[in-house]
Amino acid sequence: MSKNYYDAADLRKFSKITEWSEELGNKFFDYYGKVFEEGALTAREKSLIALAVAHTEQCPYCIDAYTKDGLQRGVTKEEMMEAIHVGAAIKSGATLVHGVQMMNKVNKLDG
Amino acid sequence: MATATKSLKKQGSDLAQSNKQLEILSNGIFKSGELPTFKEKISETNQFPLKAKKLEILQINVGYMCNQVCDHCHVDAGPDRKEIMTRDTMRQCLEVIKNSGAHTLDLTGGAPEMNPDFRWFVEEAAKVGIKDFIVRSNLTIIRANKKYYDLPDFFKKHNVHVVSSMPHWTRGKTDKQRGDGVFDKSIKALQELNDRGYGMPDSDLRLDLVYNPSGAFLPGDQTAMEKDFKKALLEDFGIQFHNLFAITNLPIARFLDFLIASENYEDYMYQLVDAYNPAAVESVMCTNTLSISWDGYLFDCDFNQMLELPVNSKAKHISEFNEELLEGRKIVISQHCYGCTAGAGSSCQGSVA
Repeated sequence: MSKNYYDAADLRKFSKITEWSEELGNKFFDYYGKVFEEGALTAREKSLIALAVAHTEQCPYCIDAYTKDGLQRGVTKEEMMEAIHVGAAIKSGATLVHGVQMMNKVNKLDG
Repeated sequence: MATATKSLKKQGSDLAQSNKQLEILSNGIFKSGELPTFKEKISETNQFPLKAKKLEILQINVGYMCNQVCDHCHVDAGPDRKEIMTRDTMRQCLEVIKNSGAHTLDLTGGAPEMNPDFRWFVEEAAKVGIKDFIVRSNLTIIRANKKYYDLPDFFKKHNVHVVSSMPHWTRGKTDKQRGDGVFDKSIKALQELNDRGYGMPDSDLRLDLVYNPSGAFLPGDQTAMEKDFKKALLEDFGIQFHNLFAITNLPIARFLDFLIASENYEDYMYQLVDAYNPAAVESVMCTNTLSISWDGYLFDCDFNQMLELPVNSKAKHISEFNEELLEGRKIVISQHCYGCTAGAGSSCQGSVA
């Protein structure tokens, strides 16, 4: 058992989650695979969305996976960084928009 | 990856030796059983031994000399490599071209154009009337020196099918892999080829591009990549081409050196093994190709040539060429072969599955 919470090599073992819950695991991976297929959005666009979400979720496995996936699809580092900024903008926007709630409360409580 | 200026051979690197490379590919995660060897893997689907089918493609490496020193190069080519095919060996090759059933002749290097007898060889080979006559041109050679400026016209005159490396549609990624200034020179060369009619939609003058990844990752879907390349090159530079071949980097020579130095080797081998596709094994290029080295020796593919793994046949040299004897030969394999069976497969003609 590793002393670290995260081990990069664990990503390779992701599919093993099915071993302890076969039906749910298989359903998840079928769904996951389907989501990333070419659809109304291209697989390349989906990869960039995944990369941005990987950062907002702060999932190191997902960051590794979708950085590599982007490189495989010819995505440039500039495109990757811009995608992350989109995620960061939404994250900070989501924080700041709650400032209105704070303002509402102050106005209500303190006139 | 930093761009090198000297070949591994010139640097005196251990990895310039084929036996060292084969040792690495056979030890570690493969010896411990953590990953199956290629032999074990293809045995699972009863595809061992892999055997040569009818010969379709003759790939001739006319020399390892090149004007570039690309990071990923499996040939370890460069300006300091002096191995060059002689006209005598070319004559022996011409005899084989005339008499064999192969429909495709594929000249590679190094930069094949740097062989002093290159033009003579192309002129003679073109007379044989082979169906598809490929020259793998790195593009920059066309702009490297005045004596090469007329290459687009020369290719056109002999109806040569030009296949050229282009790692990305952006300058940064291209120059990182192939050296400073390569992108601009390649763009100029592609425009000149387009001007001669190469790569235009209805043209018979074939111009295909080869994409191989710039780092420790596999190529993406060939069709999607082709679409992206075509859109970007047309919009940005008015360039057109026919097909894009997505080729996987095999873990040998300079790319193996990079994988080890950057601590990506194990991860990369995992990627290759995880992406193993038995359907790609069916069409793997060594089953219909014969690779001939600058000194006339025969190999199952260009990669085996660089690893000095000769064909498993009594006919080992172009002077002993015997199509019947070579057909059905057992292909010589090692773990680098995973590179040709990952995902959609990989060959000098791109995806195979």
